[in-house]
Amino acid sequence: MADGRVTLGVDLNGIRFPTPVLGASGCFGSGQELAEMIDIRRVGGIITKSVTLKPVKGLPTPRMAETPSGMLNAIGLQNPGVEGFVERDGPWIERVGVPVIVSIAGKSVNEFQRVAARVEGMRGVVAIEANISCPNVERRNLVFACDPKSAAEVVSAISRVSTIPVFAKLTPDVTDIAEVARACVKAGAHGLSLINTLLGLAIDVETFRPALGAVTGGLSGPAIRPVAVRAVYQVARALPDVPIIGMGGIRSGRDAAEFLLAGAWAVAVGTANFFNPHATIEVAQGLGELLASKGMRSPADLRGRMVTEEPVEELAARGG
Amino acid sequence: MTIQQLRGERVIRQKCEVLSARKYGAYHSLTLVAPEIAETGRPGQFVQVGVPDGRDFLLRRPFSIHQASRRGGWSGTLEFVLVGKGPGTNWLTDVRAHDMLDVIGPLGKPFLYPRDLTNCLLIGGGYGAAPLYFLAEELRARGKRVDMILGAKEQDRVFKPVEGKRLAVAISITTEDGSLGDRGTVMDVLPAMVSRCRTEVVYACGPNPMLRAVAEYCVGNHIPCQVAVEEMMGCGVGVCWTCAVPVIRRDGRGWDNLRACVDGPVFTGSRVWWEKWLGSVTGPVLTPPHGFQLDEAGVRSDG
Repeated sequence: MADGRVTLGVDLNGIRFPTPVLGASGCFGSGQELAEMIDIRRVGGIITKSVTLKPVKGLPTPRMAETPSGMLNAIGLQNPGVEGFVERDGPWIERVGVPVIVSIAGKSVNEFQRVAARVEGMRGVVAIEANISCPNVERRNLVFACDPKSAAEVVSAISRVSTIPVFAKLTPDVTDIAEVARACVKAGAHGLSLINTLLGLAIDVETFRPALGAVTGGLSGPAIRPVAVRAVYQVARALPDVPIIGMGGIRSGRDAAEFLLAGAWAVAVGTANFFNPHATIEVAQGLGELLASKGMRSPADLRGRMVTEEPVEELAARGG
Repeated sequence: MTIQQLRGERVIRQKCEVLSARKYGAYHSLTLVAPEIAETGRPGQFVQVGVPDGRDFLLRRPFSIHQASRRGGWSGTLEFVLVGKGPGTNWLTDVRAHDMLDVIGPLGKPFLYPRDLTNCLLIGGGYGAAPLYFLAEELRARGKRVDMILGAKEQDRVFKPVEGKRLAVAISITTEDGSLGDRGTVMDVLPAMVSRCRTEVVYACGPNPMLRAVAEYCVGNHIPCQVAVEEMMGCGVGVCWTCAVPVIRRDGRGWDNLRACVDGPVFTGSRVWWEKWLGSVTGPVLTPPHGFQLDEAGVRSDG
């Protein structure tokens, strides 16, 4: 650790993580692949790639397109199904020694509920993340997080069968993300994961074809960081007591600090893992150094501490 | 931020000094000081090279290992070949000796060597031929006969033909414009080479349509064939699921999207579902064909 006085551990209303820097869903597997390269026990936590009830083969290639300071992906939730997941990753999750959040996805409220019921008792799993905001689904109405009522239905159904806390992962592709967040918390969400990728499109102007096989895809990477920080800020102001895991384009300790200042309780690193497998560890290190340089002791000291000259309500009223 | 040499169980991330930057015709080659990766790297495997900070593209670029030297004057070095085509690779053509690169490797499944069969035909398209020289040396060291076909658009895109002549018993070169060797493609000379060399095993690396044609020829002629495929990669280490290749299961009942980075890039040619992956030539995607010869005699296919 950068400084003996800094303690990186965080407590998300009862869920403890050794550092506030987690591996984000879909960018970290379940940690097994990266563990061949990095000291996995120095990761704050692992949010697994989303799992559905039945195996999903995913979308045709090309599944990825690089865009300025980011990338578009359209994987289509490829996964071995919840039984395959439990069999293949269950023993690993049990012994990895790092808190694991299992991300679940589904095409119906009932599917979410059945997957949740299957994973909630897994040893080593501290929470469920409900991926209700994946943009790479057949129909837009399957993005439950676009509608407060649909989002609440999913969260409520999961909460009824789960003995462990539920985080709802939301999309910023909505008019009012705080409204969706409120609906989820009212339905029983313990916390919120902000944000999923934004729906994007890239077109090859030589061939006139979309860069992705699925035409549209989810935009991630540093390009979306300001959008993510804004979403965290809006939700944290609306729900100051609800734990938020902030994510979107984080690749350094300073990036992570920005999310904490906006109101996040912890963060997750996604796309950066693809080009820097050590990103989660280095972000935590960098955050520790930043805290030490500010004379702070804990990541919680930064939470929601953004400073403005005037109260933000007055700035907002002026159209700022 | 300094990148120390970080070692896990298998995959190594190393900050490597560039020993030399060379040109082979239209291609660039970089030789790195990378003793640990060179020690374990095998033909068909690749490395992921990090791009420098401060650019608007982020992802590493994958390059198959052209040469991993464990002995002699070049011991501990690793060479890969590239062509500048877009912002992600153009910067690498400007890299010079003593520059440092952030390299992860060796990655992916290598080519498998035949246990009993002897006559190996190595087919390379463009700079896809890069890993085949390393493979040829390994096969020769195991007492195998190596023959080669090198194909390209034009003369300066035929990769290291002189080296090919040194390593192969028989070699055939094709260019689309006839500027070197026979005018045409590798497919035009493949049947004649197979019968002339009594080919028992085929290895191919190059553009996917070429791999498909070679694999389909080999299925038709009952020749075991391994191909090193190209598919766009995000991470190269198995977590992003970008590089999916539809591969038919060993029992022929069904298929899976496998990751070129960790399940490949070397696949058994007969098991890649080419129609699904690259599109059908004649119409809609067909169901997986039955009766594929999956475990060809003499070749381990436990990869």
